[in-house]
Amino acid sequence: MYRSPVREPLITGNKDLHDITVDIARPIETSANKWWWSLFIVSAIAMLWGFGCIAYTIGTGVGVWGLNNTIGWAWDITNFVWWVGIGHAGTLISAVLLLFRQNWRLSINRTSEAMTIFAVMQAGLFPLIHMGRLWVGFWVFPLPNQYGPLWVNFNSPLLWDVFAISTYFSVSLVFWYMGLIPDFAMIRDRAIKPITKKIYSFLSFGWSGRAKHWQRHEVMSLVLAGLCTPLVLSVHSIVSMDFATSVIPGWHTTIFPPYFVAGAIFGGFAMCQTLLLIARKVVNLEDYITMTHIEYMNIIILVTGSIVGCAYITELFIAWYSGVEFEQYAFLNRATGPYWWAYWAMMTCNVISPQLMWFKKLRRNILFTFIIALFVHIGMWFERFVIIVTSLHRDFLPSSWSMFSPTFVDLGIFIGTIGFFLVLFLIYARTFPVIAQAELKTIVKTKSSKYNKNKNGE
Amino acid sequence: MENKVIYGLYGDDDHVLAATKKIVSKGYRVNEVYSPYPVHGLDTAMGLNYSRLAITSFMYGLLGFGLITLLMWFIMISDWPMIIGGKPNFSYGQALPAFIPVTFEATVFCAAHLMVITFLFRCGLFPGSSSRNPDPRTTDDKFLMEVSESDPKKITEIKKIMKECGAEEVNVKNSVKELMDEIDGELSKKNKVSKRRKVKKSNSSFLTNIINKIKRK
Repeated sequence: MYRSPVREPLITGNKDLHDITVDIARPIETSANKWWWSLFIVSAIAMLWGFGCIAYTIGTGVGVWGLNNTIGWAWDITNFVWWVGIGHAGTLISAVLLLFRQNWRLSINRTSEAMTIFAVMQAGLFPLIHMGRLWVGFWVFPLPNQYGPLWVNFNSPLLWDVFAISTYFSVSLVFWYMGLIPDFAMIRDRAIKPITKKIYSFLSFGWSGRAKHWQRHEVMSLVLAGLCTPLVLSVHSIVSMDFATSVIPGWHTTIFPPYFVAGAIFGGFAMCQTLLLIARKVVNLEDYITMTHIEYMNIIILVTGSIVGCAYITELFIAWYSGVEFEQYAFLNRATGPYWWAYWAMMTCNVISPQLMWFKKLRRNILFTFIIALFVHIGMWFERFVIIVTSLHRDFLPSSWSMFSPTFVDLGIFIGTIGFFLVLFLIYARTFPVIAQAELKTIVKTKSSKYNKNKNGE
Repeated sequence: MENKVIYGLYGDDDHVLAATKKIVSKGYRVNEVYSPYPVHGLDTAMGLNYSRLAITSFMYGLLGFGLITLLMWFIMISDWPMIIGGKPNFSYGQALPAFIPVTFEATVFCAAHLMVITFLFRCGLFPGSSSRNPDPRTTDDKFLMEVSESDPKKITEIKKIMKECGAEEVNVKNSVKELMDEIDGELSKKNKVSKRRKVKKSNSSFLTNIINKIKRK
């Protein structure tokens, strides 16, 4: 017998407005548990190790990395693109899903946007330390200087990147913070300790929740979402142009912008899943980040993973169809050359593993989701490694062909950024309202299991 | 006659919206509604004007577009034109494709940031501002409506409408300050009481311990 499908409630556990307030304020008002502390200490050690490696790089020179004359770009840019890509899911959730009025974004948009900001911070580190001289990093901006009329080059995609990343970071930060103001005000109004009260009054900018302020706030959120949507698409397009505007076979591809954007969303959603699955356990958010949320995100992983798979196959086809020998060789070398294992790791993790999400049982399984998300992290990292290193390591002159092997410094900096990212995230999870409670309260009447009696086929 | 402020506290957004519509239809003005989240339709019911924030954003975007065009023209065409990769910069129009990404980014940068600054400025929000909602419960689950009136007859009518529409508490005060002081007083009392209770408890247990010891002896 056919039964019309019923949409499950997005907030379970019979929550009303006050319950939401209490649940969101709880991690801030209570002290951390053992899980939090152990994770924090491990991350902090990784972070400090990474900072040590960065200091060693800057003190000695970029020569401490595994780079050579043929491969002048390797893990640094791989990590840069990986981290920037991870950031994209946060903006997609908070901006694009706002434009589409998807209510399920409300429980996860705050955390995923925090993820964006922390990921872009990690990404920004890599170009800076690759400069070798960190203190002249401001030279990337078009500033008047003492060397006569010497300016930055606006024809260069690397400069476009500077503009794209700095705009993306600052606009995401502001979008995130404007949403946080009403929630900080909620924490402020509940605070009893004078110091807490002072800190959260400072952070809440004196928010009072007047009708006019809310009206302006809503207009502003909508316009910011409208601005962020093309912005997020432009950022990874521009990152891909770092490669696509060059003449290196394997890089000089017109498919790069859409392919990179899809890959970024794919990898970013996987990171979102990883963090949310941890966060819902560590700070008890099972009633807000429900199986429905996890399933919807898995569907996006499936769709974007399929787009990425199509892009890989298109690339291979075009390489053959172009008739350019160098292009054909670059792709043949990727799949069958000395880096074949990286290519097939990428293919397995990014193309095959997400296809398992077609099965409803699997995409509603938390452990399975967590494992697939880890696979996607590995796959997306290898995607960038494959694009960058396999295209460079066998260039036009066979006598200069070489291989890349990372040093402990490469490894240390990469692990350090993961630690730094987790440290920021863990501090955030205990001091910030991790769910946009003001926004979430707007759907309580329709989506909370307390008022929505349509749950579980009742 | 003295001007009084009538406060109605609601526990449901539908109630506050219905009350606003009714009070406005009787010819009164709802000064303010403090709410934990945006209540859709409340701004039109209160007779608030359309927000022009989106228009300012468009104008700021145009400003960003103009400024970055000027900057890139000056740097790349006028001040020091360079030929890079065989692509000369004779005129801005010819070299335009390379300038599109940065133009877009700068437009978005100005449109977003200047709009947010305008929002903060117009709402009087800034870090460290001491202003807040009169009743702290309005960031949790309550909605506070504020109507000012001086005629005692009208005040009773407004109070009646508020209660009819589901207000949980109705108060008449001389000013916002009075309400805030009262609530602050209550809150600090509560905090003190809870502290005292703790102290008393520990005292009493200490005393009872001693008494018990003495009794045993």
